Amino acid sequence: MSEQLLSVDKLGVDFTRRRTTFTALEEITFSIAEGETVGLVGESGSGKTTIGRSILGLVPPTRGTLTFRGEDITHASRAKRRELSRDMQVVFQDPYTSLNPSLTIEGILAEPLRAQGIDRREAGRRVKELLDRVRLPSDAAGRLPREFSGGQRQRVAIARALALRPRLIVCDEPVSALDLTTQQRVLDLFIEIQRDTGCAYLFVSHDLSVIRHVSHRVIVLNRGKIVESGGVEKVTSDPDDPYTQRLMMSAPLPDPGAQRERREELEKLRVDSERAA
Amino acid sequence: MLSFIAKRTLLALSQMLVISAVAFFLLYLSSSGIARTILGEQATEEQVAAKTAELGLDRPLPVRYVEWLLGVFQGDLGRSYFTPQDVSDALISRLPTTLSLLIATTIIAALIAFALGIAAAVYRGWLDRLVQILSIAGYAIPGFLFALLLVIVFAINLGWLPATGYVQLTTDPLGWLKTVILPIAALSIGVIAATAQQVRGAVIDVLRQDYVRTLRSRGLSEREIIFKHVLRNASGTGLTVLGLQFVGLLGGAIVVEQIFALPGLGTVAIQYTSRGDIPVVMGLLIITSLIVAVVNLLVDLGVGFLNPKARVA
Amino acid sequence: MSTSDKPETTLHRFLANPLALGAAIVLLVIVLCSALAPVLAGADPAFSAIRDAFLAPFSAGHPLGTDSAGRDIWARLLYGGQISLLGALLALVVAALIGIPAGLLAGYYGRWFDSVSVWMANLVQSMPGIVVLLAARAVLGPSIWISMLIFGVILSPGFYRVVRTAVINVRGELYVDAAKVSGLRDSAIIGRHILTVVRGPIIIQASLLLGIALAIQSGLEFLGVGDNSVPSWGNMLNEGFRSIYRAPITLLWPSLAIGLTCAALVIIGNGLRDALEERGLSSARRDRRKNVGTATAAMAALPAVDEAALDEAAPLTRPGVNTADESETIVTAPLADLEFVPEPVWSDSTPLETPEPDPSAVLSVRRLRVGYGSGPHDKTVVHNVSLDVHAGEVLGLVGESGSGKTQTAFAVLGLLPTGGRVTNGSVLFDGEELTTRSRASMRELRGTGIAYIPQEPMSNLDPSFKVGSQLSTPMMRRLGLDKRAARTRALELLDRVGIREPERTYDSYPHEISGGMAQRVLIAGAVSCRPRLLIADEPTTALDVTVQAEVLRLLRELQSEQEMAVILVTHNFGVVADICDRVAVMNKGTIVEQNDVESLFARPRHPYTQTLLGSTLEGGPSRIDLDRAEAEGAHR
Repeated sequence: MSEQLLSVDKLGVDFTRRRTTFTALEEITFSIAEGETVGLVGESGSGKTTIGRSILGLVPPTRGTLTFRGEDITHASRAKRRELSRDMQVVFQDPYTSLNPSLTIEGILAEPLRAQGIDRREAGRRVKELLDRVRLPSDAAGRLPREFSGGQRQRVAIARALALRPRLIVCDEPVSALDLTTQQRVLDLFIEIQRDTGCAYLFVSHDLSVIRHVSHRVIVLNRGKIVESGGVEKVTSDPDDPYTQRLMMSAPLPDPGAQRERREELEKLRVDSERAA
Repeated sequence: MLSFIAKRTLLALSQMLVISAVAFFLLYLSSSGIARTILGEQATEEQVAAKTAELGLDRPLPVRYVEWLLGVFQGDLGRSYFTPQDVSDALISRLPTTLSLLIATTIIAALIAFALGIAAAVYRGWLDRLVQILSIAGYAIPGFLFALLLVIVFAINLGWLPATGYVQLTTDPLGWLKTVILPIAALSIGVIAATAQQVRGAVIDVLRQDYVRTLRSRGLSEREIIFKHVLRNASGTGLTVLGLQFVGLLGGAIVVEQIFALPGLGTVAIQYTSRGDIPVVMGLLIITSLIVAVVNLLVDLGVGFLNPKARVA
Repeated sequence: MSTSDKPETTLHRFLANPLALGAAIVLLVIVLCSALAPVLAGADPAFSAIRDAFLAPFSAGHPLGTDSAGRDIWARLLYGGQISLLGALLALVVAALIGIPAGLLAGYYGRWFDSVSVWMANLVQSMPGIVVLLAARAVLGPSIWISMLIFGVILSPGFYRVVRTAVINVRGELYVDAAKVSGLRDSAIIGRHILTVVRGPIIIQASLLLGIALAIQSGLEFLGVGDNSVPSWGNMLNEGFRSIYRAPITLLWPSLAIGLTCAALVIIGNGLRDALEERGLSSARRDRRKNVGTATAAMAALPAVDEAALDEAAPLTRPGVNTADESETIVTAPLADLEFVPEPVWSDSTPLETPEPDPSAVLSVRRLRVGYGSGPHDKTVVHNVSLDVHAGEVLGLVGESGSGKTQTAFAVLGLLPTGGRVTNGSVLFDGEELTTRSRASMRELRGTGIAYIPQEPMSNLDPSFKVGSQLSTPMMRRLGLDKRAARTRALELLDRVGIREPERTYDSYPHEISGGMAQRVLIAGAVSCRPRLLIADEPTTALDVTVQAEVLRLLRELQSEQEMAVILVTHNFGVVADICDRVAVMNKGTIVEQNDVESLFARPRHPYTQTLLGSTLEGGPSRIDLDRAEAEGAHR
């Protein structure tokens, strides 16, 4: 394994609302190496999105440390965060709200470049490159987000994440709002970009099949804790943890025969766990 | 629900306390030479000093505020500078007129506004457009202009109703009605316009909700869906708007009372404020903000009753 | 299509509204006249000549006549405009200076400043403006400037609230998070992303507040507590009112000036709001998946750019952008895509080649066509759909977003969103034609004949009523049960759908239960009146997979217990494989293939079905497999 890009050590996040404290994450420890994809899978309320947001500095960690390229970034200042944005980027779930509807595609893509002090002409050139990279036509630059479909908008969001040639991209459910056929194409674009640029992904999803398709290693979360982690083959086809097993068995297979078997296995799992309880 | 009521009441009380303190300090600090104003230019320095002492104006302001506040809790708002009258007597005797005007206006306006708003939202089409245009007109034109128009048309030109004067509700209900029809009409127009518009918007919004489709899929009648489910969900908005309108209505009542020469709080207000009678002004402020606080509390409770989620907050 | 490159601006839309344009012109004229008063007046507004009192309009030298003191009304109206408008403007500026920064700070940074400022705004808004101004008048004396200054403070919550709400809404948007991650400073985020959104509401609010300030100011002066040494519209009203019996006409002019100005301001505000909302309509598509109404609107507005076309052609100019071009003229250009109706492929086993309805089916749909709008703007979203569902059978209706699957389901239920209607074809339920039925008689059928399970559990329960009453009321109305019987049956149903504490859930409000529980409640509601046909629209899409598995199990059990016919609308082939007996695949409003479930998965015939099945990741290669394949490919 190559050098560790990001290390998360005993990360914990609490949220306080109306004077009651709720622990969203506890004892989260994992790392991401250069050029690899780590998949984070879990159901709603598992805290998977919170992990990504605290790495990005959008949610302050309550406990633990975050180390990026050997540097402690747990409580990085705003100025330090601005510097980090060159190395760390994001693609969000919803392609409809992650792009400002009143800015043109060029305005959106040039934003990170201009924030780093790149001049207008150079930024314009880079925008063309980026559009080409995500296979959008270069005359898309002058258009508004609403003129594009969900899949195309997600390509714009990917281009924005790539603008500063980051080492790590946090992908927060980037394909779950897309249709089936579009979903696969966008996933393949993610893989292709990784092969070309060598950037690492933290890929967050609720869908084990999506995670299996893009990740080298997988972490399974349940109620703010890691229940299982390991290589993609092991975790997604022969998991050890009962929760991961249930997660895997619950996703129906697109094959009536195979699904009947899977359903029976799940039923057995359910009866077993009820008996145990 | 009980803790919700208690919380809201405490909040209202604390607000009133702050309003009264700020008003008290600002009013007394910015007025100088009260005794001189009362006694006139001819008074000697000694007379002025004696008057100042008599009014207690030589003592520190915080002490006077606390005394005043204690008085308020016992229903004593102090004494007017210019007339030998208790402020509470002067104001409270006028209160029923103003209150009956306000309450009648609110009830009538609420009924009409909800009816119009619901009808416009449910039927849409020309009715909707008509309500929209009326709303803009009613909202755009200041209420006292309507009042003037009503006086000129119905009282002066047609002579159907009296232009001025007031009859107590308790002595002659029909006479009372005759004297308040025009004022109530003038006051309601703006409230109806604003409220109908918001109710319409809220009803349209609720009609688009997923659960309305689901209720329809259960085979419930359209009437039950609109008058039970849609109305309840839209009423919160309507009630909140009515509450906000009520604050404006208090101001409107002062003007309208003046136009129709109704012996309410408004006439007192104008009379005494032009003379700089601070105790009366303080009394007026505390009574009006008490009315507003009570109305706000009622609105909060109403919204809490209608919307179970709001009770938690 | 000759459309300009730049999208239509809010200003264009505002000016295209005749009422708003008229109001803007009226306001402009009033402002100009007041500003040019020294040129236009022709008389000194303060010059009084008692013998000229109450001259009628159009008298020599006095175009609008004179007032009780013989002063020229026209001149006073113009000079009064200066004072009145400037006074109102002063209040507006003060309100803006306090309200806008406070709203920005409170909205963007929140925390203690937010709570304190909200509390203060509440405080200020619970003071009747006129009473406060009267109090100020009592100690500070009559001055229009002082009272407008104070009124500005009273108005400031108007700005504060609007700005704060807008900022809080934007602050939560993902694009603001993205800007933070992009390394933008707070000042740049506020300037680029937040001010642009807040600008519109501020302008609207300004026009409304200006009107209020003018109304209050004139009201105060009308009461006679203002400074009557200056000519202002309010003072003119006051004078006119004093001679209301002698010369009511003197009241007309200031009333007209105030009324016109206020009305113009409100109309301008409304016009701006409409213009902004139209922009919002064409851009916001965030919940298109959740709501069919929007899904259809999205179809109307979105170019529906073909993703496949994008990836096929590598060169930079491509059809995708041509379609994007058309999006600007959405209303006039019908979806080119929909004109192409895919060729259906009927499998051998499908009896649907018979054009006649199947009398043995619970539901038999033939050549169903659903359209939106009429005339040149109409759009057909379902073409020629035919299907049958028998008792005890589950038919899966599969497709991607915009395929018309949900529209077909709503057409059968008779619950198409506003504007939608069945334009052709027949829907037979138990041998009875539904398309010609009246609304009232369709209602008789819903719940007992045809029932519905929605997609989003939380938004489909009325938040203001307890779960129990939402379950028992339909049974009381449709099955004629009394209150107690309905309650007993509702509790049984809650127990049946796997809710652990039926009594507690019965007495809960929807926000007190989880999404999975809410979906079980909705299922209980759907089967409560023992329907013959159940239409489930993506019933598990909003749920977690583990909950989805349980809900599917429940649906399967209920379906066999009650021998129901079921139409299951979904985009998930796993769900289809799990529960369906037969499948109809929809694309672009048409059924492209229909078959029993085993055959469809084993031998998909239509290329579209093949593409869809080929895109499912479930059971596909892992990333390790993909990398290995790539490495081998590179070696070769």
